[in-house]
Amino acid sequence: MTDTFPAPMTTLPIEPLPPPPPDEPSADPRWQTLRSLNRSDRIYQRVLTGFALALPFLILVILGVLFVNSLPALKRFGPSFVWTSTWDPVAEVYGAAPMIFGTLASSFLALLIAVPLALGVAIFLTEFAPRWLRQPVAFLVELLAAIPSVVYGLWGIFVLIPFLRSYVVPPLKAVFGWTPFFQGVFYGNSLLAGGIILAIMIVPYIAAVSREVLLAVPTSQREAALAMGATRWEAVRSAVLPYGRAGLIGAIILGLGRALGETMAVTMVIGNRHDIGVSVFLPAYTMAAAIANEFSEATTNMYLSALFEVGLILFVLTVVVNAVARILIWRVARGAAVGSKAL
Amino acid sequence: MLHRSLITLGIIGTLASPHLLTAQVRLNGAGATFPNIIYQTWILTYNQKFDNVEINYQSIGSGGGIRQFSDKTVDFGGTDAPMTDSAMAAIGGNVLHIPTVLGAVVPTYSLPGVTQPVKFTPDVLADIFLGKITSWNDARLTSINPGLDLPKQDIIVVHRSDGSGTSYVWTDYLSKVSPEWQQKVGRGTSVNWPVGLGGRGNEGVTATVRQTPGAIGYVELGYALINKMSVGVVRNSAGNWITPSLESVTAAAQGAMDAMGPNTDFRVSLTDSPGAQSYPISSFTWLLVRKDYPDAAKARELLKFVWWSLTDGQAKAAGLGYAPLPKEMRPWIEARLRAVTAAGRPAWRGPVTAGTSQ
Repeated sequence: MTDTFPAPMTTLPIEPLPPPPPDEPSADPRWQTLRSLNRSDRIYQRVLTGFALALPFLILVILGVLFVNSLPALKRFGPSFVWTSTWDPVAEVYGAAPMIFGTLASSFLALLIAVPLALGVAIFLTEFAPRWLRQPVAFLVELLAAIPSVVYGLWGIFVLIPFLRSYVVPPLKAVFGWTPFFQGVFYGNSLLAGGIILAIMIVPYIAAVSREVLLAVPTSQREAALAMGATRWEAVRSAVLPYGRAGLIGAIILGLGRALGETMAVTMVIGNRHDIGVSVFLPAYTMAAAIANEFSEATTNMYLSALFEVGLILFVLTVVVNAVARILIWRVARGAAVGSKAL
Repeated sequence: MLHRSLITLGIIGTLASPHLLTAQVRLNGAGATFPNIIYQTWILTYNQKFDNVEINYQSIGSGGGIRQFSDKTVDFGGTDAPMTDSAMAAIGGNVLHIPTVLGAVVPTYSLPGVTQPVKFTPDVLADIFLGKITSWNDARLTSINPGLDLPKQDIIVVHRSDGSGTSYVWTDYLSKVSPEWQQKVGRGTSVNWPVGLGGRGNEGVTATVRQTPGAIGYVELGYALINKMSVGVVRNSAGNWITPSLESVTAAAQGAMDAMGPNTDFRVSLTDSPGAQSYPISSFTWLLVRKDYPDAAKARELLKFVWWSLTDGQAKAAGLGYAPLPKEMRPWIEARLRAVTAAGRPAWRGPVTAGTSQ
């Protein structure tokens, strides 16, 4: 019965629009309405484009200012600035190696401690917590992010360091004292204290984003794993975590970015010493802490320029870390988690 | 209608703020953090007496103060370390260093169980901070502290991580008393410390010293007095053991006056100064004032304020932990201030005597 089947609509039952009158475009009322819509739409579009371009422009301006102000130091020290360990304002010899090492080491240590903790919190909140407990615990974890950095620093000096000295370091030395990472005397202000404070500060960021990622994993994945006979832990490990891999990596990199730039809390507990040491009991220095401490009293132009160069290195490091995170997420996203809402 | 309401608003605004009608001189200053407390006290008290001038001082650090003074963004600066010759040449020498109060830096330590103050000789202090003396029961410490039972404990040095005038005075003293320190480290607001942890500000050093048994650091005298910290006793160049106090700091300035002479430009270091009762780690803190100002009214008001702080204001120093300048220094400073010109003519006619007005 093909003749009763509706015929394909090759012609639209709508009159075509009249061609625009060439001489008096504003006289036709239909064109007037369309043109005014276009004008306000154009303005709307241009304003939003302006806002959107302002932020990358600001980043370029910051980069430009950092670069221009660090030119004297770049010319004087060249690439050796990155691997020189001496920081001597009297002799005007500057080298950022201890600060770069300290920034990377404290952030890495913080991630080592924070990632299992934050992922554990996120998994607990999505898988195991009773419903009435989820919101309060999530709220308290996120409250950690609201505590000011200086308060963390004060708490670190007066509570954390004595606690570490009395209860944490002796067992660590007893068990791991043979490794180079736990040798030497612990005086309090150290890389270990800095790393722990940073870990506590980045846990809420990683936990909050991970929780969102894990919540976005469809329950069908979990149910399929459980139906195959997996235990709760195996279901999470084999079905849930790989599904949200991209988002979890993004969360970890978010935490790393926060840790790289953290200033006040770190400078109060890390010991502020321009030295590279393998042991976590030794004092260290980070780039952000050095800039914050020395900028206001930097008397000579070369000193200021060297500090600007440290700022430039920190800026570039943060950009590189975020770029690597982006690339990782794209690569991982093209793999197992295609179509995952968790992205 | 709009026109009329604007006029009404304007009239109300003018009537409501009587200060707008009097000649209000605004003075801006910035610089050292060490004297900030007394400068703010002086500004407050001065404003209660003379409300025609508005003074504003921001403690951003000596380096920032020198920079802003040189860039002419402030009318006066504050610094704990004098400007270098090259920095002064860069602004054509248009600067005067006017000392305002005296400060001192004291060694502070944490030795629970040791109740009497520990004595330090200059070379022992230098070698502790060089990392050559590492234990509290070292022979050199026990020999100068015969009555004390110093424990066998590591000495943990604590210094300032932020650049500061306090570090400048401390390293200036160590450079004078130890040739090895002078050659290895030198003097500066920020130096390459051979050993030790860095604390941020006087508060950071204090907190670190307090929390670390066996630590030794250095802080401002006023800070140590107000917080009742255990301070060490230092031997001065005359061979006497001096307990840090405000009187011994003023004595250090008096002891240095012979070498300075009345034509001094006050860019003088007071560390290790002569005098039987001088505390050896003392220093001036200076206000930076221009030799020539473009605005006569501002110059006159500024110099009136500076002279007031050098006379009536000195009474407030001791209560806040600062040592007052010796009275004998006032005529010298007055001579410097009288030489300040504004548009070619002297900006200040001298101290106000009772019955006259300026």
